[in-house]
Parts: sequence; structure tokens; C-alpha cells
Amino acid sequence: MKKLESTLPNMVIVLTLIAVVAGLALGYVNSITAGPIEEIKKQQLADGIKAVLNADELQVAEPQTRDNGAVIYYTDKGTAVQTTDPNGFGGKLTVLVGFNEEGLIQGYRVLETAETPGLGAKAGEWFQKGQKGDIIGKQAGNLTVSKDGGEVDAITASTITSRAFLRCVNAAYAALSEAKTDAQTGATTQIDN
Amino acid sequence: MNNIKVFLNGLIKENPTFVLLLGMCPTLGTTSSAINGMSMGLATMAVLVFSNLIIALIKNLIPDMVRIPCYIVVIASLVTILQMLIKAYAPAVDAALGLFIPLIVVNCIILGRAEAFAAKNGAIPSIFDGLGIGLGFTWALTLLGACREFLGTGKVFGLTCFPEEYGALLFVLAPGAFIVLGYLIAVFNKLKKA
Amino acid sequence: MNKLIVSLSPHVHGSDSVKKNMYGVCLALLPAMLASFYFFGLGAAVVMLSSVAACVFFEWAITKFILKQQRLTILDGSAVLTGMLLAFNLPSNLPIWIIVLGALFAIGVGKMTFGGLGQNIFNPALAGRVFLLISFPVQMTTWPVSGDLDYIDVTTGATPLSIMQKAILEKNPSVLNDLPSSIDMLIGQTGGSLGEVSALLLLLGCIFMLCKKIITWHIPVSIIATVFVFAGLLHLANPIYANPLQVIFSGGLMLGACFMATDYVTSPMSHKGQLIYGVCIGLLTVIIRNWGAYPEGMSFAIIIMNAFTPLINTYCKPTRFGEIVKKEAAK
Repeated sequence: MKKLESTLPNMVIVLTLIAVVAGLALGYVNSITAGPIEEIKKQQLADGIKAVLNADELQVAEPQTRDNGAVIYYTDKGTAVQTTDPNGFGGKLTVLVGFNEEGLIQGYRVLETAETPGLGAKAGEWFQKGQKGDIIGKQAGNLTVSKDGGEVDAITASTITSRAFLRCVNAAYAALSEAKTDAQTGATTQIDN
Repeated sequence: MNNIKVFLNGLIKENPTFVLLLGMCPTLGTTSSAINGMSMGLATMAVLVFSNLIIALIKNLIPDMVRIPCYIVVIASLVTILQMLIKAYAPAVDAALGLFIPLIVVNCIILGRAEAFAAKNGAIPSIFDGLGIGLGFTWALTLLGACREFLGTGKVFGLTCFPEEYGALLFVLAPGAFIVLGYLIAVFNKLKKA
Repeated sequence: MNKLIVSLSPHVHGSDSVKKNMYGVCLALLPAMLASFYFFGLGAAVVMLSSVAACVFFEWAITKFILKQQRLTILDGSAVLTGMLLAFNLPSNLPIWIIVLGALFAIGVGKMTFGGLGQNIFNPALAGRVFLLISFPVQMTTWPVSGDLDYIDVTTGATPLSIMQKAILEKNPSVLNDLPSSIDMLIGQTGGSLGEVSALLLLLGCIFMLCKKIITWHIPVSIIATVFVFAGLLHLANPIYANPLQVIFSGGLMLGACFMATDYVTSPMSHKGQLIYGVCIGLLTVIIRNWGAYPEGMSFAIIIMNAFTPLINTYCKPTRFGEIVKKEAAK
């Protein structure tokens, strides 16, 4: 077969044809994969919540977003709160923290970090159970590093990251207790009416 | 016979990483571990084989003046399809390489092979060329990733060779990619001469 | 067989040699080295010794076994100097295996890969330091407090630089009150790497090198003046930035400005080029110190400008003897 000449109609027809075929192919694959991708996203969020609450099975209610940006996920096994602190050493630090009914920390997971590798980036393991800066089972609210008179050991040579991390945890607890008070006052107003 | 020659050509003589120095962005960006390098190489190979095949089949339908846009549409569609498949069925690969998969579109190897080989040859040799270049890219990236992983964390494919705290973090980070790549090219040239 | 070589005039013989200049720099570093032994004790001596020994060993081993050259380069003093400068950039409680890795990188990657002395793009000692800083950030950023003389179990503490950076991050000028006074910093009563202790003795070494004409004033003066002016402007604009006097006496600034940036191989040749180079290093240092991810920016700034040196050389060529600048051609 001879090669097509580069005339205007030829070019327009060929380009349109290729674009249409490519578009159809993409649409078809998208229709197949959209479902599984959505599943996986949900799965990942659920995995995070399960991990910070130490639960294998749980029911998550509709998430609630607070004014300061904290997102609260109520479940039947406790509550997970996602908070962000803008003043980590390398920028934003986003943490998901799990609390039980009494407001004690059940677990945490660092979701987003730009901390220095080898230093601040260790926050993901440092504060876990049995590690040096263990915060699991502690009462959040005003946790501080030992340098500032608190009871948590900061990551070696990364005090600033440790502070930002604890600010996240404390903010998560604050958001949770605020939400509780709101819910109660909300309830009282209803009775008044 | 001829096809085998085409296939072997990409592995050593025209190795895209060590000889042609094409596609440096994924080469440097994704090789922080052997497994990441290998996944990137295989993903690129998949796109390369299909783009070579499709372009070899439709080359006579495409007028010369618009051939580059046509190739790009074909390649970009293939990459997007691959990205959706990976997202849906291999979330672990997506987490490690997510950012770099769309960049396969602008990987010069793929457009380069389309222009240099697929547009001039038949479908069967084009597949072999895609396989050869793709495998050449894959082994180079795997080797680079393995070296960096070994020097940086003391592991190869996740198997510990020495305790992690003795690893030099630099090699896992971007500068390490440049340094290791430089030495690998030097060794490759030395071996090729010998 | 002596061949008579006829070359262009002027025929002037300088008594300079690589050996003489290298050992001159080593000599200039001696007082600061002794001061670091005094402030950090045994640890400093261990670090210094192992760094120099490792650098000399790798230089010897690489020339002999990998490059297979007969020429013995270890006696020209450049490896000894690299070892000393590397040690000055390390904290005194660093484990020996890390020092050896740093020396291997400095000599092997920083210098011999490019073809040995005179061919290297980056200052080898700095290449070694930056490699270690990025690779082993924990060990490289826990500094013993000055005056604690042990090697293994030392008390570690914040350095003036980390205090300065904390003040900026927390936007709180009162943090700066924790800084030692400028006088203490000048004499050397602060924590930090070996070479961060005594700005005064490093300055003395620098003056010695200036008198001996080993270096010219252009690079050190332009770096220090730029840092002083830039840091001073920032301090005036906002008190969370530290006092410029404390800035120039802290960290590796003196060491970098006098001994590292002035390395012959990796700095520009002409005086004009040297001034451009120095000013850029000063600016980069202040920028990295204040807004970067690591507290000390001196080594990064010098390494970055090392990379620009060939470009600066191209644009600031010294005029050849007898050369007339062609005005016509320039137009």
C-alpha cells in the first residue's frame, strides 16, 4: 500500500480518525477500571483507619470536616482524625490519629510528609508502640517533646519535625473534643426548642 | 535470524540507558530500589512494544506532515490505559511509581523508536525491536536500582545484605542516581571495549 | 637528553610548587587543629588522624591499583590537606567507619574519578562532607558540646546555627538569646564540627596564608563581606534573623571562606572571577542557612559555585601578557 499524501483533507481525516479510535479505547478501559480504582481508594482509607485503631473490622460513618481542616471519621471502634500542620521542617505534615472512647491515642499513620530523609522522615516509625518516642496509649491534648518539658522523646536531631508531629496529634484531639461539645450543645438547643 | 539480531541490538549495542542515554527522567527518578527500577522498565517495555506494533501497522495511513502528533496520540493513549490498569489492579506499583507512569509519554525512547524503527519496518521486526529496547531499558534500570538499593540500604530486592544503618542514604536520593549512573556507564564502556 | 625548549617571554621562575602551597595551607590550619583538640579532646584527635590516614591511603591505593600509575602523588600534600579539611567538617564523636567512607568518597569520587589533582571539579573534602551529611544525617548533625573531652559518650547539644534556624521557623526573636555571645563564638566556645570552634585561629591561619601569598584576599573577603551585609540587612528588617556578627563567626563560614573556597583547582583564576564567585557563595550561604533544609549552607554554597567555576573562567579570562584588547572585534 502506498503512503498517503500530506494533503489537507487526508491529514484532517487521519488525525480525527486516530483521535476517535484512541478516545473510544480510553473510554472502554476507563469503564472497566473505574470501579476497581474507587474500591482501592476506599480500601486504602479504611486500611489507614483500621491501622490507627488496631481493629480488623469496623464500620465507618460519613466523615465530618471541621473548620480548621481536621477530618473526623467516627467508627464503632473509636475515632480517627486527620490533621495537617503547615510548619514541619520541610513543609506540610499530615497525620491520621486514632483515639478510643476515652480519648487515648490508639495509633497513628503519617499520610503526607516532606521531611528530611533519614531525619524527620522517621516520624512514621519513631512514635509507634515500643519505639523510642512511643505515644501510643497516651492522653493527647498537650503532648510536648522532652526538650520543652514534655514526656515524649523527640526524634534524634529532628526536634522541629517532632514538634510539628505532636502539634498535629494535639490538634486532632482538640478537633475531636470540640466536635463532642458541639454535638452536645446542638442537642441541648434542640431540647430548648 | 534477522529478528533476533534486532532484538539483541537493543540489549547491548544500542542500550537506551548506557549507550543512547535516552529516557533519563525515569532512569534517575524511579530507580531508588531494584524492584522499582524493574517495574518502570517493564511498564515502559509494554508501552514500547504496543506503540511499535500499532505504528508499524498504521504507518502507511499517516501522512508525513502529521506523523508526530499521530504517534503522540497513540503513545499517550497506551500510557493512559496502562496507568488505569495499574491503578486498578496493582496498587502497590501505583504507590511506588504513580508519578512517573504518565511521564512514559514523554520518554524519548518510545517516540525515538517509533520514528527510527517502527515507521520504517514491518510489524514483526517492530515488536522485536520494542522487546529488545524495552528489555535493555529494564535490565539497565534494574541494575541501577539494585546498586542504589544495595549501597543505600544494604538490601537487594528487599533481601538484607548488611544492616540498614550502615547504608549511605545519598544513594537512595537523587544525587546518588547521577553518581551511580555515571559509574555504570564507565564500567559498561570499559567492558564493551574489552 | 635535555631538549632546549624555546618559549615566549617573560621567563620568570616562581618558587611556587604544589608541595609548598599544600603544606603551607596545612601549616595555616595547625593552630585551629590544636584548638579543636583542646575543646573536643580525644575525639577530635581520633577524627583528624583517621581522616588524614584514610585519605592518604585511598590516594595511594587508587593511583597504584586502579589507575596503575607509577607516579607517587601522596607526598605532594594534597591528600593530607583533603584529610585535614574533611576532619574539620566532621563532629568529633563520629564513628571511624563513617570517616573512612567519607575519605573514600572525597578521594575516590571527588578527586580521582576526574583524573586526580588539578582535574577535579569539586573540592574533594567538601564532596566528602556533603556525601556524609546527606548519607548519615543523624550522626553528622549531633554535635558534642565543646569542652566535653570523651570520644564515645559525649553530651550533644544545639549549635548556634540550629538555634538561628529555630528562631526563623518559630518566628520568635527571643530564641536567639540562647546564642553564645559573639566573643565566645570568635574564640571558640561553641558546639559544632572540629573546624567550627575557633573563628579567631582560622582567621590567623588565613592571614598567614595571605602573607605567604598562598592565596589572595579576593575570595575570603568577598564571601565574608557579602554574608555580613546580607545577614545585616535581614537582621535590620526582622529581628528573627540573627545578628550579622554572630552569623559570620558561626558554623563553617570562616573555614569555608578561608580554606575551602580558596582551593586553587576549584575556584576561578582571575581576580574579577574570584569576586563574583565569592559574592555568590556568600548569598547562597545566607539563603540556605535561613530558608534551607539543613542548618549549614556553606558547604553546599561552595559546591554549587565550584560547578560554576568553569563558566566564570570562560567569561573572566585574564588578559595574556602583551595582549591588546580588540575593541573592534568586541563590537
